[in-house]
Amino acid sequence: MAYDLTLRIWRGDASGGGLVDYTVEAEDGEVVLDAVHHVQAQLAGDMAVRWNCKAGKCGSCSAEVNGRPRLMCLARLSTFSRGEPITITPLRTFPVIRDLVTDVSFNYRKAEMVPAFTPTAEQPTAPFRMAQVDVERSQEFRKCIECWLCQDTCHVIRDHDDNKEAFSGPRFFIRYAELDMHPNDALDRKKLVQEDRGLGLCNITKCCTEVCPEKIKITDNGIIPMKERVVDVKYDPVRLFRRRRGGDDV
Amino acid sequence: MPEYERHTYDVVVIGAGGSGLRAAIAAHEAGARTAVVCKSLLGKAHTVMAEGGIAAAMGNLWPDDNWKVHFRDTMRGGKLLNNWRMAELHAKEAPERVWELEQWGALFDRTKDGLISQRDFGGHRYARLAHVGDRTGLEMIRTLQQRTVQLGVDVYMECTVTDLMRDGDRIAGALGYWRESGRFVVFETPAVVLATGGIGKSWKVTSNSWEYTGDGHALALRAGATLLNMEFIQFHPTGMVWPPSVRGLLVTESVRGDGGVLRNSEGRRFMFDYIPEFFKAETADTEEEADRWYDDKKNNRRPPELLPRDEVARAINSEIKAGRGSPHGGVFLDIASRRSPEYIEKRLPSMYHQFMELAEVDITREPMEIGPTCHYVMGGVEVDPDSAASRVPGLYAAGEVAGGMHGANRLGGNSLSDLLVFGRRAGEHAAAYASEIGGGRPVVPDEDVTVGVRTALAPFDSGGAENPYRIQQELQDAMQDLVGIIRREQEMQLALKTIHDLQERSKALAVEGNRQYNPGWNLALDLRNMLLVAEAVALAAMERKESRGGHTRDDFPMTDYDFWGKRNVVIELAGGGAVHLRLQDLPEPPPELAALLEEPH
Ligand SMILES: Cc1cc2nc3c(=O)[nH]c(=O)nc-3n(C[C@H](O)[C@H](O)[C@H](O)COP(=O)(O)OP(=O)(O)OC[C@H]3O[C@@H](n4cnc5c(N)ncnc54)[C@H](O)[C@@H]3O)c2cc1C
Ligand code: SF4
Ligand code: SF4
Ligand code: FES
Repeated sequence: MAYDLTLRIWRGDASGGGLVDYTVEAEDGEVVLDAVHHVQAQLAGDMAVRWNCKAGKCGSCSAEVNGRPRLMCLARLSTFSRGEPITITPLRTFPVIRDLVTDVSFNYRKAEMVPAFTPTAEQPTAPFRMAQVDVERSQEFRKCIECWLCQDTCHVIRDHDDNKEAFSGPRFFIRYAELDMHPNDALDRKKLVQEDRGLGLCNITKCCTEVCPEKIKITDNGIIPMKERVVDVKYDPVRLFRRRRGGDDV
Repeated sequence: MPEYERHTYDVVVIGAGGSGLRAAIAAHEAGARTAVVCKSLLGKAHTVMAEGGIAAAMGNLWPDDNWKVHFRDTMRGGKLLNNWRMAELHAKEAPERVWELEQWGALFDRTKDGLISQRDFGGHRYARLAHVGDRTGLEMIRTLQQRTVQLGVDVYMECTVTDLMRDGDRIAGALGYWRESGRFVVFETPAVVLATGGIGKSWKVTSNSWEYTGDGHALALRAGATLLNMEFIQFHPTGMVWPPSVRGLLVTESVRGDGGVLRNSEGRRFMFDYIPEFFKAETADTEEEADRWYDDKKNNRRPPELLPRDEVARAINSEIKAGRGSPHGGVFLDIASRRSPEYIEKRLPSMYHQFMELAEVDITREPMEIGPTCHYVMGGVEVDPDSAASRVPGLYAAGEVAGGMHGANRLGGNSLSDLLVFGRRAGEHAAAYASEIGGGRPVVPDEDVTVGVRTALAPFDSGGAENPYRIQQELQDAMQDLVGIIRREQEMQLALKTIHDLQERSKALAVEGNRQYNPGWNLALDLRNMLLVAEAVALAAMERKESRGGHTRDDFPMTDYDFWGKRNVVIELAGGGAVHLRLQDLPEPPPELAALLEEPH
């Protein structure tokens, strides 16, 4: 059944902008991204928006819908109350380029800083032998579609631009965790993530986990275990002892 | 001439999907200064959406599997129209390429012995697809992306290439624009690798995204290269049909590989009624045998649900036409009654979520409604099988944009492996070509840059009133209705006329706003490519007067082994830009490979 839907979309660029109302015909079963496309095709051909898969697989269509960071292609219209406009604004943590498109290069810079997977001396070349139970923990983090919603929502950088330099953000904490839990990785990145990548700034509010469309348990399975291991490495007396004797295994 | 941003490289790869990234890694490792250019952000190319897996005869579960069997399956799936040498290289090299991903950090699902697990897919004799649940493409693109970043290859994201530049016959560079600012960029490079993917956005019901406008196919044609097999379009049998908003979204073949079956409104497993002569000897003819096959492949034949995609798509189409479809115009795909909820959620997590969130269907309890969706183009740039070189010196092509490898129909899982095998080859050979050129580098002609820029900016002051979104929609309707799964001469004539009308009308395209991140303008530029490629498809489809793989003619229903089975339809641009078509003999495999194929009926 078709009905009239009003979208209140932020239009503008780095120099400023504001909300503009558009009314389009929407159908039952459609998602917010469909409605945005109707606006584009019928009323505002130049409205900037990112999308690719339309199925929650690519992480392109992130925006704030009624103030909540989410994927527009998974936001079903039937879950909003009819008759009320739906407000769509760009991700707040990143500088706006135009309309719903933001400059997310912050994340790509943080990605460049991750020391790559490095196989162990025991199994230096693929094919590796690894048990399913051992790869599963890392596999959870590799589900990440890099939608940057967790990055957008994390209060450490959401309203604190000055923290961005020292903070890689939840998406990258689980990337470090993934490598740390990889059964055949030889590098130790714990100290690095704690001291140089800002894991220490995270105070486990779990807001990141709440917005993750892949339902990755960012805090419980990634951040908290990492924090615990960092502590183990830092204060484990046996390790300290070994390290002092020159057997640096960190 | 105004000053444009300029960059100089040895190899520029256009496209950051699996093939483009693999090519860039290879070119970089061969010592070439390398850049990758892509329309979306890094990591968002189509490859990210691939679900089922990567086909490679590693033999981890079935030791009898080897490259010869994979070669045979690929050629038979392609109805023997594949370039045999590409199919050979692909089958031989795919395992190495998969292990390489593991070497770079990919984490595939494991067998009990701790090796890479492999799953069943249509047309493959053995369980052969390396996978991670049903998000294999994500694993692949992330691994390649991380490798590319680690190596320090330059990536130009959200930068669209509009023209290739030539110095005489040779490639000299590429012209593109930043989507963010609308400003132009000139890449000066002797070697370009096209890795731009497919063309499926020109159909209404499609699993493809806005990026699939056939840019690479069109760039190649305009630069003097040839396309082949453009009549072969794969309609994937299982796309979502309801709600309308998700119509066409892919439902992975893994559902069938993992035990799902197709039923019509009468509850019948109708695929048993559609086993073609060509595959009779290797397909089960009773439900009992089909069901035993999942555990014992030696003594049983494959279920008919796992016939190659063209067969299954046509069968579904016939059931719907015969009035035995589902309420929303599809048929039923049922795994709920065949596997436990735990198994389904474990093996098919993203399908489970896709149906739950977008259709409110719980696939562990109810059947899905599905129907064919435009998915993949077998046709593409004609390349040398070993080097991926096109006819134009300095121009290479790999991945979905390249033609030949898959013949008339691609087997599931054979694309991801194709990207790796030929992406690497293209990157290496492009780098070698660039280094041989040495100091004699070609020069980008200033006048061609000026013309390219002028053409790209034309929609801003065409004085016309045509809406690019509207033209795109009319093209999609025409291709869907007139050059779809089942084709007829008169309908394709009509499609051609429509395409020509739309080409005329698009001279008067009007776009709002300015150049900064303007999707309307971007689409206006993509349309030129979509229309050219659509024309190539319609012409090639009219020419081939037989039915084979992803090309079914109502007026020529038979497969013709004597004439058409030995010919490729080749497309090129004549002087003045007219699309020109000719027939070319298909290379014949050497006797030892031909022997692997068995006699067709
Ligand atoms: C939903 C879905 C599921 C699939 N599942 C499987 C599967 O399980 N197994 C399998 O083998 N295959 C599968 N396929 C097919 C396979 O994913 C694709 O064929 C393959 O990923 C294409 O890869 P590519 O490298 O050729 O191109 P893509 O990954 O599509 O990348 C194309 C790149 O080119 C860029 N580009 C295009 N035009 C331009 C331009 N003008 N300027 C600059 N850049 C440009 C794009 O931005 C993009 O980066 C699936 C396809 C879909 C749609
Ligand atoms: S748990 Fe940590 S990373 Fe996540 S939102 Fe809170 S502070 Fe940020
Ligand atoms: S962890 Fe989740 S929310 Fe964060 S980028 Fe990845 S998918 Fe998005
Ligand atoms: S469009 Fe891919 S996640 Fe929404």
